Amino acid sequence: MVTGVGVVAPGGVTRAAFWDLLTAGRTATRRISFFDPADFRSQIAAECDFDPRAAGLTPQEIHRNDRFAQFTLVAADEALKESGLDLGATDRDNVAVSIGSAVGATTRLEDEYVNVSDHGRNWHVDERYGSRFLYQALVPSSAATEVACRFGAHGPAAVISTGCTSGLDAIGHGHQLIEDGEADVVIAGAADAPISPISMACFDAIRATSARNDDPEHASRPFDATRDGFVMGEGAAVLILEELEHARRRGAEIFCEVAGFANRSNAFHMTGLRPDGLEMAEAITDALGQARLDPTAVSYVNAHGSGTKQNDRHETAAFKRSLGQHAYDVPVSSIKSMVGHSLGAIGAIELAACVLAIRYGVVPPTANLENKDPECDLDYVPKNAREQRVDVALSVGSGFGGFQSAAVLRRWS
Amino acid sequence: MKRAVVTGIGVVAPSGLTTEDHWRSTLAGERHVSELDGRLVGQVPGFAAEGSVDPRLIIQTDRWTWMSLAATRQALDDAKYDPAAHDPYATSVVLASGSGGNEFGQREIQALWSKGRRAVTAYQSIAWFYAASVGQTSILHGTKGPNQVLVSEGAGGLDSLGAARRVIRRGTPAVIAGGTEAPLSPYALVCQSTSERLSTTGYRPFDADADGHVPGEGGAVLIVEDAAAAAERGAQQIYGEIAGYAATHDAYHPERPAPDCAQLVRAMRKALADADVTPDDVGFVVADGAATPALDALEAQAIREVFGRPVPVTAPQGYVGRLCSGGGALTVATALLALRDGIVPAVGNLARPGHDLDLVREPRQLAADVVLVNARGFGGFNSSIVLKRYREEGLRDAG
Repeated sequence: MVTGVGVVAPGGVTRAAFWDLLTAGRTATRRISFFDPADFRSQIAAECDFDPRAAGLTPQEIHRNDRFAQFTLVAADEALKESGLDLGATDRDNVAVSIGSAVGATTRLEDEYVNVSDHGRNWHVDERYGSRFLYQALVPSSAATEVACRFGAHGPAAVISTGCTSGLDAIGHGHQLIEDGEADVVIAGAADAPISPISMACFDAIRATSARNDDPEHASRPFDATRDGFVMGEGAAVLILEELEHARRRGAEIFCEVAGFANRSNAFHMTGLRPDGLEMAEAITDALGQARLDPTAVSYVNAHGSGTKQNDRHETAAFKRSLGQHAYDVPVSSIKSMVGHSLGAIGAIELAACVLAIRYGVVPPTANLENKDPECDLDYVPKNAREQRVDVALSVGSGFGGFQSAAVLRRWS
Repeated sequence: MKRAVVTGIGVVAPSGLTTEDHWRSTLAGERHVSELDGRLVGQVPGFAAEGSVDPRLIIQTDRWTWMSLAATRQALDDAKYDPAAHDPYATSVVLASGSGGNEFGQREIQALWSKGRRAVTAYQSIAWFYAASVGQTSILHGTKGPNQVLVSEGAGGLDSLGAARRVIRRGTPAVIAGGTEAPLSPYALVCQSTSERLSTTGYRPFDADADGHVPGEGGAVLIVEDAAAAAERGAQQIYGEIAGYAATHDAYHPERPAPDCAQLVRAMRKALADADVTPDDVGFVVADGAATPALDALEAQAIREVFGRPVPVTAPQGYVGRLCSGGGALTVATALLALRDGIVPAVGNLARPGHDLDLVREPRQLAADVVLVNARGFGGFNSSIVLKRYREEGLRDAG
């Protein structure tokens, strides 16, 4: 059961600000402000206006941690507050932590490298110029440790790092811990903060990111015929997953249920996708099977919708393959059109959006969708959010390495 | 409930480039610590990607992935398991990675800052990140089952095996599991030095003079299978069963060890209960052996508390260094070989035993059926795994 949601996203830190952005169909993509992007092919991103001190972190937590771990703590804090869970009255031996991240502390690792290598001059770097918390940056497991320590969670803890499906997979992992009786409560989510020169440069090199630099607000265009790649994002979302009886005993408000989770690999290519969507379809079918739901029961599909040419066709094919004729009837949207693609974090942020869609009866739109790619012929909820009851939400993800994941959330009654 | 058994082992470690070389070296008590740029490290001597990795893949991947691919090839050969001979969805890849593609990443960031963004290669986007080894392995061997990548520093190797068992129980018959690590590039070493756990004199678990560890590279990959599926395909060997697993977190302080060993005790007890064995059933323990005075004292106390008797304890990793996520995987490989041959290797590099434990000083003949392995990760991760000699009658009992 999902009993709490916390979000740090571009366009507004906090769950409420995030939901306002999505339901208004506003975009948070803009010219990069964290560094001068003039030399880069893609100069745009969806940045978070994030003040860690104002968000409640201690000076030591800020000093010790990369931005991605700071996001994690803030999102976890909000999710726990919202869940009303009194940790003091909870058996914390059975509280687990599962945090996804694709690239961990990459920003801090790069910033510090510039110092210890004297601007890339020296291969044999000088540690006297580095932070004393470089080890926390080297091992991204530090994010799970920080959450465990802040909340006294003594259950199993791990960072799950399956590239761009990390967020879905981390929440799926948390869900399985509860199914297997290894935890009563899981603080499950994901974070990434990859808006840095090395990340922008490596996606430039494979032309995966959008170069619509003169129009950043409209650059993330999933399913549109003129899309030209994804727009980098950053952020975090954390869900509180709770075993049903545990939630009931304390009278928790239950947002919805994680009814199924499955993942597969395409065994094809680190970055390429076959147009048939076969393995993603397998994951969707497995997840729906776990939920004992017919494809026609799905009321909303939250797409991966990254806005690359191949992705949007790949998953359109996967939806048709797994949902059959219903793929044409069900609303499908990509919130990456508004908050960008925050790599491993986005899967958790998208699941948070699904939880809120079920709760508030609103389907978020695909912003910037003017003219559909003829090969993408589903109902992608262009531009405007839609008020509609959502009982079952399906969210999917696809990542470098060939990872394909699907999760099914269902209204709890 | 499906039972998870290990049918193949592949090792790339300072102690050897094959499983049997590693085992011979470990029993012979050979130390493999050398100096690199003024630091002590456990390097894998003579490891060349050429010969074990497709040249096309060599340029696309980091040293850590080369080692992973080489160990996987060995493990598959050892198990005589060919993923291509099975349904593609019947095999998964579940590996641990503590720190990713260090040397590759350093090279690319260096290129970016010294030469500009056009000097960054297309492969940075797929070589450095923590999922690179798993992705490449699944592509190379055509496996489409559920993949996972666990990051929990030194506990990761055990966590990958616990996760592999979960994947098997949910219906995927075979899993490529374990992990390797290659953290000896200059920047990765500098990062590790800030942990304040590196020794300048040597890695001596449970020694009275222990003052930290030596970082090392390498690890192990294991083929873990559903016992019934392994029997059906006629697997010729079973090293042992992953009978119990548990993980806890100290949740005390991100840098400092917890003041007590309660959570390590809990991980060990939960793993024993999960395996349905009592402490008295355990023949020997392969300890984490972090080799700081405080961490060793806490683990020694935890072992005494759980066992209440002088159980034999070893930590052969003293010969090779701590391999981060590769370490737990290698330790499990070593423990399975000890079960197979009825001989327990000695604590590596132990001169002056410093704790009230039955530390194994010389390889000891010991026909055990059950072994407990501990691994801890920086920040407070505790994982324990119970390996059991595999008995087929048990399989029939389980129906």
